Amino acid sequence: MKKPIGIILSGYGLNCEEETAHAFQIAGAQAEIVHINDLIKGLVKLDKYQIMAFPGGFSYGDDLGSGKAYALKFKNHLQKDLDRFSQRDTLIIGICNGFQILTHLNLLTGTLTFNTSARYLDRWVDLKIESESPWLRNIKTLSCPIAHGEGRFHANKKILKDLKQNKMIAARYYNGEMSALYNLDPNPNGSLDNIAGITDRTGRILGIMPHPERAMYFTQLPHWTYLKEKLIRKSVKNKRNLPTYGPGLKIFKNAVSYFL
Amino acid sequence: MPYKIHVAYIVPDTRADVKKRYIENLGIVKKLNNLVLVDAYTIDQQLSKLSLSKIAQIITDPDSETYTINEPLAPKKFDWVIEIGFLPGVTDNIGTTARETIEDILETRLNGQGVYSSQLLFLSGSLTKPLVKQIAESLYNPLIQRAYIKSFNEFNRDRGMDNIVPEVRIQKKPHVLSIDLKVNDDELEKIGKLGIKNVDGTRRGPLALDLEALKIIRDYFNKKGRKPTDIELESLAQTWSEHCKHTIFADPIDEIENGLFKTFIKGATDKIRKHKGKSDFCVSVFTDNSGAIIFDDEYLITDKVETHNSPSALDPFGGAITGIGGVNRDTLGFGLAAKPIINKYGYCFAYPWDSEPLFRDSERKQKMLPPKRILEGVIDGVRVGGNNSGIPTPQGFMFFDKRYKGKPLVFVGTVGLIPRKVGNHVAFKKKAESGDYIVMIGGKVGQDGIHGATFSSESLNTSSPASAVQIGDPITQKKLSDAVVKEARDAELFNSITDNGAGGLSSSVCEMARESGGCVVNLEKVPLKYPGLDPWQIWISESQERMTLSVPQKKWRKIADLFSRRGVEATVIGKFTASGKCEIFYNKKRIMNIDMDFLHDGRPIKRQASLTFFTHFKEPKLKEEKNFNNTIISMLKRPNIASFMFISQQYDHEVQAGSVLKPLQGKGLVNSDATVTRPVLTSQKGVILSYGINPYYSDIDTYHMAACAIDTAIRNVICSGAHLDHFALLDNFCWSSSDSPERLFQLKKATQACYDYAVQYGTPFISGKDSMFNDFKGYDKNGDFIKISVPPTLLISGIGVIPDVSKTISLDLKFPGDSLYILGETFDELGASEYFHMLSEHARDDSIGNSVPKVNAQKNKSTYSIVSHAINKGLIASAISVHRGGLVIALLKTAMAGMLGINVSLHNIPGKVTNNHQALFSESQGRIIVSISPSSEKEFQKIVKNIPHKKIGTVSKNSRVMIRGVNNKKIVDLNIKDALNAYRETFAGY
Repeated sequence: MKKPIGIILSGYGLNCEEETAHAFQIAGAQAEIVHINDLIKGLVKLDKYQIMAFPGGFSYGDDLGSGKAYALKFKNHLQKDLDRFSQRDTLIIGICNGFQILTHLNLLTGTLTFNTSARYLDRWVDLKIESESPWLRNIKTLSCPIAHGEGRFHANKKILKDLKQNKMIAARYYNGEMSALYNLDPNPNGSLDNIAGITDRTGRILGIMPHPERAMYFTQLPHWTYLKEKLIRKSVKNKRNLPTYGPGLKIFKNAVSYFL
Repeated sequence: MPYKIHVAYIVPDTRADVKKRYIENLGIVKKLNNLVLVDAYTIDQQLSKLSLSKIAQIITDPDSETYTINEPLAPKKFDWVIEIGFLPGVTDNIGTTARETIEDILETRLNGQGVYSSQLLFLSGSLTKPLVKQIAESLYNPLIQRAYIKSFNEFNRDRGMDNIVPEVRIQKKPHVLSIDLKVNDDELEKIGKLGIKNVDGTRRGPLALDLEALKIIRDYFNKKGRKPTDIELESLAQTWSEHCKHTIFADPIDEIENGLFKTFIKGATDKIRKHKGKSDFCVSVFTDNSGAIIFDDEYLITDKVETHNSPSALDPFGGAITGIGGVNRDTLGFGLAAKPIINKYGYCFAYPWDSEPLFRDSERKQKMLPPKRILEGVIDGVRVGGNNSGIPTPQGFMFFDKRYKGKPLVFVGTVGLIPRKVGNHVAFKKKAESGDYIVMIGGKVGQDGIHGATFSSESLNTSSPASAVQIGDPITQKKLSDAVVKEARDAELFNSITDNGAGGLSSSVCEMARESGGCVVNLEKVPLKYPGLDPWQIWISESQERMTLSVPQKKWRKIADLFSRRGVEATVIGKFTASGKCEIFYNKKRIMNIDMDFLHDGRPIKRQASLTFFTHFKEPKLKEEKNFNNTIISMLKRPNIASFMFISQQYDHEVQAGSVLKPLQGKGLVNSDATVTRPVLTSQKGVILSYGINPYYSDIDTYHMAACAIDTAIRNVICSGAHLDHFALLDNFCWSSSDSPERLFQLKKATQACYDYAVQYGTPFISGKDSMFNDFKGYDKNGDFIKISVPPTLLISGIGVIPDVSKTISLDLKFPGDSLYILGETFDELGASEYFHMLSEHARDDSIGNSVPKVNAQKNKSTYSIVSHAINKGLIASAISVHRGGLVIALLKTAMAGMLGINVSLHNIPGKVTNNHQALFSESQGRIIVSISPSSEKEFQKIVKNIPHKKIGTVSKNSRVMIRGVNNKKIVDLNIKDALNAYRETFAGY
């Protein structure tokens, strides 16, 4: 089978493109990092890709509101290409700043605004997966980190109803392993109905505030040294046999298997 | 007529809630009834109505925001409104993004800055104008911002706030002065101390050239038969400055002919490298913008730590963000450009609850910012600098002493990654070739940072640019950084690169011109933020986010195209030559022509003399105590020991996906002493970082202070699984009054210790920096003169490479039933300890004792090597380094991190202690506490049999910390949760 090809957007302060590309690669995809200006100039065409990722970062420093300026630039120059891309049987993911961009591109509904603490926060959260999106197939729960200042999901009643009715709520924060272990509030930012991620109607477009690519390896877990000791003591003759990957990789693998 | 667009939230605005709480906590007013925020964009450009409404629509999110154009947007009811905007010439990132977005949508260019951002705060509550003024003062910094206040009635009468365009307008025409140095010594000294005299009689600010240097310069130009120009003098002053040449470290002192740096710092490295022979891992040390060591066969890692103290005192946010941005550029400016992969921080602050005001002037009009605002601003600045650039910031510390009140110390560091080869080039080498274009990339040039410290508040309220302090622009730098390090470097489009930091172009161009042998610069080509700058200002301006490149002429078109596609401004401003001269032209007129040799090596060498200096302190009275519970709880709350989780959690430490050992460890999220990062995701190798800092010890003996800092930095990484074989050090000296013979003595002792201990441990110095005059001279609340000097402060940073990150361990206890061991010896070494400092504060005297910890490197080295070995074999479940606060604090940290109890006895611990105070709190070096699973214990005992060690107890199931003292009687019985609450209490509200 031919590997699907993913485009990972970059430029103007996006900054998670390298690790996001790496996650797709170890999941079995081809991944190419492309600067938005090279798309605008037509040096690269969206047509050859099956997967598009808007990675995390700080596009335009969040200056006019997170994700807004990058989305404006994208819409202004690439709306038609984007429409063509999303109408094909493709997958799109926006992580963190990428999620914020997707809402401003009107590919997803709702708004991401300042955390209730009004402060940037890097910590691990637990997610309960509720959607049948191809991105999330066979995932029930998932722990990975958030790192944002504007991740509080907000939507008006109409949008929320639509999200619920059409099963577009992808993931909610819940009191799982990490919140219990570190005695932290399960909802890290005051998101409406604990919403951490949503999809479009088809489920092919996913926006998610937490970073699955920061949970792709075992040694990224905050308690991996504890798990290691536990494994060693359980195993015969103290043999170390540590897992290589972390739970976040599954999302990228799901994207790859969608095309296989 | 400028236009103004207002934007407000129609959904709950958390920023407003937080501002409201902040204001209520100031103690100025008990309760605000309401606070509403409105963002404003002032557009100084002729635009059609249609364009304006298009702009308003696109910068507003219809789901969450609303807007007005040229109409006020205000809540129906409010009592006062404060508008805060920037002063002319201050970096306005929001304004810039708005401009770029508008330009993109309208497909047109706006003139100059074009768009200016500001924010309106509408306050409701029973407030008088003086109270609102006080609130405004707590919200803005008069050095960079402006604030306007209106009452409800005034606002309605005027139909909103006034439209103010903070545009820089410089009336005079750029010109060049020739300076007559054939004047008497008094006048010559004035030129050095106060600066060149302008035509209007005002002075430009200190050149920091003494009489001897000025006479050498006079002779040089005499021989040339002409007077120097202002730009020549300014350029020489920059190049010869303490900041650039590190004269105190370089020049002879007492019997040390080659100076402290060459003898003790570089001397240690040279000796270690020679001794290591084939296993030498240093690659480029002390020559480039960062130091570099081998990472693996493909990559090198670089490291550099800088300080940004004075600017952070004036504008904490701007000072800190430009500090971290600057050291990121030191990484980009290493070799053919390294990629920043880790940021580090270290803050020495005064106590944030200290509210006694300080003033810069005797009339008490220029108030210094209080310590709490400095702390908050600095923390914010480093956060924005790191998070917004996508560089993880896992490693750092805070240290408090009242003597940091006038000058906080802000350490910022960056680790970089660079391939060993780029194409056919060895990537750590660079050489500007004669004929290459001098290319400036990144931001534009304004009056930023020129004679930074010399300004008066009067000049800041006019249309003159606020030049003393600056704000960084992380996105401009991120664009530049990505374009250089991810594309231009690997396409081999330039021959050399250097950062524009202190001294601006003057420093970067002249430094690179050494590689080729000369340069010709056309200053009028340099892109400016606003017109009217004099050539000398363009030359030495410290405007941020700029690098200088040396680009072969035939590659110019290619690199120009790349930069243009990446939104990075790039300009050819001259050529590198081999003429032996630095020549500068302005509009075709030659305004500078100095021999390269004179510029770089003409400086007079100073002979320095030190004077032996020790202080004897009172010994505190130690009472026999049966129970230390409350004392320990007080120690856990000490700001130098307490959790600073609030910083660790707001600094993104997981971006780039390489985080392995994090800044907060265990279930109790305890701040760690070392962090591990995996920078190359296809390799198991890791970079380990740590630090050691003990300014308290300096009061007793700077030799031992430095020795302890080195030992601590080493011990901290050993505990995580590093090995000394591949571990290097960085030194950052922050001294005060450094021209005094006493301080020079302390400096000499400290550097001597650096040599002695680096050599004994085999850990070379690879980079360092010093900041020699951290003194504040000002006035107290009564208008009396006051001088506050920081204690001699040495930060030792450590960087090492770990072969397999999965073998590293964290500091938290893992399972009940594990055994606890102490390794290393404890002595009566409480001199200047955290414990004695607490006692002396209670007694209100200076009884900090005299028995400062001393380091036995040979003994410690065997302990460390055995711990590395045991961790590598997987025998140790957790390890924690014993440092500030002593044994009991380390025990509590490891227990709190694991959320597990311990049962311990300090009876007969290795070493010699006379009482429980010493056993619990002594800060003897070389000690590590480890926990061992029962199944590994036998093998562990075999391994440690030849080093000082003792099993002191076990990890228990319950959550109690039980400690028996030197007489085996119970002296501590604490609940782990109470301890954790105390540990987290001090900075809980931050």
